[in-house]
Amino acid sequence: MSQYDADSVRKDVRQWLEANWDTSLGLVEWRNKLIDSGWGEPHWPKQWYGRELPVGLVPVVDEEMERIGAVGVARMGIRSLAAATILAHGTDLHKQKFLRRILTGEDTWCQLFSEPGSGSDLAGALTRAERRGNKWIVNGQKVWNTSAHKADWGLLLARTNMDLVKHKGLAYFIINMRQPGVEAVPLKQMNGHASFNQVFFTDAEVEPEMMLLDDGDGWKVATTTLMHERRGADGLRRYPKPSGRPERIYQEEDAEIASALAPYTWYPQRMGRVDLILERARQTGKIADPVTRQEIAKVLIMSRSADWTARRARVAQEMGRSQGPEGSLGKLAASYIARAANRVHTTISGADAMLTGPDSTMGGVIAEILISTPAISIAGGTDEIQKNIISERVLDMPKEPRNDTDRPFRDVPKNAERK
Amino acid sequence: MKFSFSDEQQEFRSVVRRFLEDKSPTTAVRRLMETDKGYDPEVWQSLGQELGLTAVHIPEAYGGQGFGVSELAIASEEMGRTLLCAPFFGSTVLAATAILKAGSEEQKKALLPGIASGETIAALAIAEDSGLWDAAGVAMTAKPDGGKYRLDGAKSFVVDGHNAELIVVVARKGGSAGNDGVSFFTVKADAKGLDRRLLPSMDPTRKLARLTFGGVEAELLGQEGAAAAPLAATLDVAAICLAHEMVGGAERLREDAIAFANQRYQFGRPIASFQSLKHKAADMLLEVELAKSAAYYAAAAADEGDAEVSALASLAKAAASEAYMQTAIHAVQIHGGIGFTWDNDTHLWFKRAKSSEVFLGGADHHRERYMQSIGA
Ligand SMILES: Cc1cc2nc3c(=O)[nH]c(=O)nc-3n(C[C@H](O)[C@H](O)[C@H](O)COP(=O)(O)OP(=O)(O)OC[C@H]3O[C@@H](n4cnc5c(N)ncnc54)[C@H](O)[C@@H]3O)c2cc1C
Ligand SMILES: Cc1cc2nc3c(=O)[nH]c(=O)nc-3n(C[C@H](O)[C@H](O)[C@H](O)COP(=O)(O)OP(=O)(O)OC[C@H]3O[C@@H](n4cnc5c(N)ncnc54)[C@H](O)[C@@H]3O)c2cc1C
Repeated sequence: MSQYDADSVRKDVRQWLEANWDTSLGLVEWRNKLIDSGWGEPHWPKQWYGRELPVGLVPVVDEEMERIGAVGVARMGIRSLAAATILAHGTDLHKQKFLRRILTGEDTWCQLFSEPGSGSDLAGALTRAERRGNKWIVNGQKVWNTSAHKADWGLLLARTNMDLVKHKGLAYFIINMRQPGVEAVPLKQMNGHASFNQVFFTDAEVEPEMMLLDDGDGWKVATTTLMHERRGADGLRRYPKPSGRPERIYQEEDAEIASALAPYTWYPQRMGRVDLILERARQTGKIADPVTRQEIAKVLIMSRSADWTARRARVAQEMGRSQGPEGSLGKLAASYIARAANRVHTTISGADAMLTGPDSTMGGVIAEILISTPAISIAGGTDEIQKNIISERVLDMPKEPRNDTDRPFRDVPKNAERK
Repeated sequence: MKFSFSDEQQEFRSVVRRFLEDKSPTTAVRRLMETDKGYDPEVWQSLGQELGLTAVHIPEAYGGQGFGVSELAIASEEMGRTLLCAPFFGSTVLAATAILKAGSEEQKKALLPGIASGETIAALAIAEDSGLWDAAGVAMTAKPDGGKYRLDGAKSFVVDGHNAELIVVVARKGGSAGNDGVSFFTVKADAKGLDRRLLPSMDPTRKLARLTFGGVEAELLGQEGAAAAPLAATLDVAAICLAHEMVGGAERLREDAIAFANQRYQFGRPIASFQSLKHKAADMLLEVELAKSAAYYAAAAADEGDAEVSALASLAKAAASEAYMQTAIHAVQIHGGIGFTWDNDTHLWFKRAKSSEVFLGGADHHRERYMQSIGA
């Protein structure tokens, strides 16, 4: 363990940063240096840009980066799911081709799972991939795909066989989004942003080597992606903010935030912005109201407890202890906190909660909270699906009877047609 | 702050759990709760002599084991799980902590070894008929009388107060108010003018007493007029331990309710397969896990001398109050008609949940105290 204690990690990373951090570098140039040093994703394998540091020590590295003002590798968005999935199931070819450019921010990714006919029930995907000659040919439609209109690559779950049972007839591909057969059409959301898309495939092509694992393993690979997605939803994530600083590297980072990361500007708001509650209560004088104080305390208590629960889960994972139930709860907790925070922000704002737009409270941030939190209990698996998973996998309660896993997928009832 | 238990702490927990599963099955709980005494002296003796639980957080210099609040809290959590009937909370958690926080070196040497060994049962009398657990709520007066003091007034909701041989009492100088003029005193149970009455407690596994003092002779514990701070610190530790006791009970309730639901068939299926029950179970798990994290964090903070410990103690107590009661409500519901019967064990925990909800102050009180502690 001595090799991994926090103090020596702190010393090493600080030393490296002091010798190498340079604000006059270009963003990609700097990130390449950081990647080569192993400090970009220090918990990754040594062979792939990491140092195999226990996850629990990663915050030490983050702290030192922050202290000196250094820009980190690109982590925001679907790229982190792509990286985790490729690290788990990719070949060396995939790792070589994609991992570095994920971290430099040169490539942007999207997740092509949900469809009009399959959201919670992702294994019901109907988008077809057929082998023609030395290519896979993709036809069909995906939906709700965040940042697909910005993406270079997509994580695609597609059906290769209608005659097998639902979970068996799937394959998982990495698809090039920059090709004629792929069209991403942004969808306007209830909060006015358009971060997610409909994506149409018309004879789009995928090279055979761009399949992860084998034909038929699609569900297995998708499960890895989903596991990382849900784990990442525990509220410990921090969102990059533009710094407005004049040096070259900060300028380039701000430009990245304004373009590739544009779909995510409202993401902090969908978590409920618990961090703004006390400040707002003081501004409005509502801090003196005993009822509001109770409601504020409830949210703060829930939020802090959820944060500690997520940390318990991370530490258990890092120590190699059997994962307790705390690891499966982060996403559900985040939904409840976002909802409760929304209510409290409404109480604090009073009549101002009826207004929206840049002239409303805090430049529209409060209004954006009030209309964005519903996303959190849907995106990445709804609350209901989380509860199914928790009750069945953690609490070991029996599954409900189902009629979609005992027959060829072709014969499973699908969306009711209105007649 | 670390977010996991050490191997030693995990081992400690499993030793305590095995002991309690053996000594405190619900048959024993039911037998003892019907008695006035409320505990089994033999079990109490092994708890002290074999496991050293009565001495967990008392320093070795005073005959204790020298562990921290975290270990005291682990023991409390396990006791909450099995609803152990014993004067542990009154004697070790409340009274010993008060003596530790307030007493002089000499007093600690004199008073603590007996509590540590379990031979002396002590109680801490704070609240009065107004039901407030803080210095400002104390009305009982203490009059100096030739080096000693005379106490007049009444204390209520005194946990284990009817069994205790040593009673630690909080009283104030006549004419003082708020945090000023409040001191700790010790009183012997057989002192003249002290009348003790067992209260009919809704939770029969936690015995409460009302103590009336008519000019009862008392000795000052610690410094005169300076009890407010050590009392607050004592109540922080107590709230943290109570929160642990509560999450321990809540977890047990959930486990039992789900075990029942797996056995019970309606409509040709185990009721545990109905989604409304499954979702309820997921919510129960979430709420109790969050409350557990809060309790664990607060205990670690107490051991590390964190400046925020009062805020964290209140946070943990508020979270546990809600989580335990909600779990108890769900647990009865999941049992259906049988959950409303005396013979089914669920109500034993339901009642503990109910009394713990308000003991040491309810969730509202602790939420407000949390807000004040963080400067809001
Ligand atoms: C902001 C946002 C971003 C998103 N980004 C992406 C993305 O990048 N890529 C992507 O592929 N998808 C994305 N999604 C899609 C998201 O994963 C799905 O919306 C979600 O999984 C729910 O699927 P659905 O919309 O088809 O609803 P449905 O599955 O039709 O669900 C409708 C309702 O039925 C309930 N329900 C369904 N099944 C059950 C059940 N078994 N038990 C109880 N209740 C059930 C659901 O909980 C829900 O309340 C995004 C969604 C949002 C809102
Ligand atoms: C005070 C009291 C007085 C009563 N008086 C009478 C009386 O005078 N006469 C009489 O005949 N009965 C009486 N009852 C019985 C009462 O009607 C039943 O207790 C009640 O219908 C529940 O049935 P059960 O106890 O068998 O529980 P169960 O049916 O076993 O239910 C256990 C749990 O499973 C849930 N559950 C069961 N099926 C489903 C499902 N399909 N979907 C979701 N959840 C489900 C229930 O909601 C409950 O939470 C009384 C009960 C009480 C508590």
